[in-house]
Amino acid sequence: MDYVNAIVLLLNYIFVPALAYGSQLALGAIFVTLIYGILRFANFATGDMMSFGTMVTILFTWYFQSLGITLGILPTALIAIPFAIIFMVGYMLLIDKFVFKYYRISKSPPVQLAMVSIGVMFVTQAVVRIIIGPSDRRFFDGEKFLIKAGEFKEMTGLNEGLAIKSTQVITIIVTFILVSALFWFLNKTKTGKSMRAYSDNEDLALLSGIDPKKIVIITWIIAGVLATIGGALYGLDKSFKPFTYFNNMLPIFAAAIVGGIGNPFGAFLGGYVIAFSEILLTYAYKKFFMYLLPEGLEPNTLVQLLSTDYKFAVSFSILVIVLLYRPSGIFRGKIL
Amino acid sequence: MRKNLNVIAAYIIMIGLIILVGIFQSWNIALSIFNLCLISAVMTMGANIQWGYAGLINFGIMGYTALGGLAAVLISVDPVQEAWNAGGSNILLSFLLIIGMVLAVRYVLKKYEKSKVRTYIIAAIVIAGIIIIRFVSEPGIEAIEEVNPAKTGFLGGLGLPIIFSWIVGAVFAGGLAFVIGKVALGLRADYLAIATLLISEIVIAIIKHEDWLTRGVKNVIGLKRPAPYEVNLQQTDWFINLVEKFNSSRLNLITDLMERQAALNQLVIEGSSIFVKLCYSGLFLIVVIILLILTQKALYSPWGRMMRAIRDNEEAANAMGKNVVKQHLLIFVLGSAIVGIAGAMLVTQDGLFTPGSYRPMRYTFLIWVMVIVGGSGNNFGAILGGFVVWFLWIESAPIGLYLVNLTTAGLADTNFLKVHLIESVPYFRFLMMGIGLLLIMRYRPKGILPEKIEIK
Repeated sequence: MDYVNAIVLLLNYIFVPALAYGSQLALGAIFVTLIYGILRFANFATGDMMSFGTMVTILFTWYFQSLGITLGILPTALIAIPFAIIFMVGYMLLIDKFVFKYYRISKSPPVQLAMVSIGVMFVTQAVVRIIIGPSDRRFFDGEKFLIKAGEFKEMTGLNEGLAIKSTQVITIIVTFILVSALFWFLNKTKTGKSMRAYSDNEDLALLSGIDPKKIVIITWIIAGVLATIGGALYGLDKSFKPFTYFNNMLPIFAAAIVGGIGNPFGAFLGGYVIAFSEILLTYAYKKFFMYLLPEGLEPNTLVQLLSTDYKFAVSFSILVIVLLYRPSGIFRGKIL
Repeated sequence: MRKNLNVIAAYIIMIGLIILVGIFQSWNIALSIFNLCLISAVMTMGANIQWGYAGLINFGIMGYTALGGLAAVLISVDPVQEAWNAGGSNILLSFLLIIGMVLAVRYVLKKYEKSKVRTYIIAAIVIAGIIIIRFVSEPGIEAIEEVNPAKTGFLGGLGLPIIFSWIVGAVFAGGLAFVIGKVALGLRADYLAIATLLISEIVIAIIKHEDWLTRGVKNVIGLKRPAPYEVNLQQTDWFINLVEKFNSSRLNLITDLMERQAALNQLVIEGSSIFVKLCYSGLFLIVVIILLILTQKALYSPWGRMMRAIRDNEEAANAMGKNVVKQHLLIFVLGSAIVGIAGAMLVTQDGLFTPGSYRPMRYTFLIWVMVIVGGSGNNFGAILGGFVVWFLWIESAPIGLYLVNLTTAGLADTNFLKVHLIESVPYFRFLMMGIGLLLIMRYRPKGILPEKIEIK
């Protein structure tokens, strides 16, 4: 019986990675949910918009590195992100002006807008691949680990090591700052309140003198910030590949719907629900039980509920179950 | 006749383009484009039935295509006797257990009123069932996958001609659609799109990783063919004679006997692959024509009128006593079954089943571009969409290369920009599809050949 080792094991393999991955998903999910709540369509270009933002971040990172500007132990990408956000917001506003605006003004059904977003998805994907190519890119520099597994073992004298990557810590801190700022903006400022009013009831909001053009522009700006930061954090933590970003759209959608689409707080928590369930259900608990159970009772199988191949399938199954039993999501988003 | 002038003109242009490819590139490429156009046309017909007739969004096309492909494997591959001996009984037992589990859940659902207790009982049955099934199937799966893993390592199929799989593929896809429809059809349009997209990903995950059934990412190669093999054709007398007769004028120009023989051999090799492709074209054309006749009949039948009524105003149709839920489910199953046929046709043509190649971009979104571009609600439009989009998808790389060369003609061959652009030519297809879709949606939202309903 060795509780401490067992807990460290779970922290190392489940809690820390899931928290970082969940934060990345949460940013994407808030992006989806904002677009859905205010512009009223399911944005299938989500993943590719995030990859566009990440691409610009990478280009700026390379530029700064060639100039010799770095942040020391922190990744250079952190200074590149603000510049990338400007480009990203510009790209989104451009797309909105030339593509989405027409359908918004002619009050097309949401399905048509979703189809249009597929066109945007194709174009963005092509732009990203033409500019940076389809291959895997790592753009992380600086100190890789905050705590190394070996150092942790020496420090505490435990059998199990706890490795915390600096990207994980950056991800979690940035996410919390960004999300708190966003909620403060939505709940306390006048513009944020008018955005929520617009999302809740468009006609009433227009009657009370809210300017829809301003709302739309601010929504795209926030979306650009979320997409760039979410994408760049994911790329820093893992690596940047356009195809993975396209695939990430699926768990992001799952997170947004599980949390209740149209509800930013729900989307935020939805990201963690998806991340934790993916990792909890596909982790092999053999070692965990070896620490906890008395000798002789150790399991001889891996004690893995599902093989890691089904990681994605787990989040989608959760989504299907939620859609069946509580279609408006855990935190009551828009009623279907 | 005059009314249909635009349809005829559009098809003539399309066929003309394919013939141009034949003349300028090669007939082999032209025919393979044509064959895949036909398969795409079947897929778009399936999607068009769902979207154009009934307004249902189905983003799960990839899943049904893969299931159709799986059917081709399960029907045509010879059974692996050793694997059946090693773990067949475990698999059959788990199969029975799954059926038992489903029946138990159904029984509970029917017997008891909706309550919290019922939900818990169902959850308990499902969880217990999954654990028991894992314990039963695990040794079987391991035993099967150990049987000659380099070559088999799976149960194999029934060893029947592969043509049967086209029907079985439809049944598989229809069955999956029935389950999904029961679960998800109540959802609003964009939720349905997301739910079907995600469910199709689950289907692909299962096909990719259940090696005992599908060999997973190890792929199944060398499937049986409904058409003759090139190697055999090249040695058949009647075929050589045919090629000789076909090219007699060209061959007669060559006087030297040796040279003539060499030229003939070359022509026979080329001819054999063209002949095989023509066989496939014939088979696919038959399927497309049968489906076209059926869907066209359905469109103008009372049933088709009812579907359009449901699409255009669900409440009104419901008030007129039409069972909207039932009809939606029916059309969901029918459309998906057609996509399943296309999936089986695709694997039949390729002769191999590669679960790793099923990607939503190619098998879901591209098909949707086809339906929207061609004209939703119009079968001729949907087929045309399949042709146009597939043609562009393949030919956009040469077109892109031409454009790059044209615009960067002033730059040196080693110029960084030029090299980079030429390297990224394959991605111009995404750009072309995206811009094409956006332009069509903006300026011709009903597609190239819009829906035209006349009362006869």
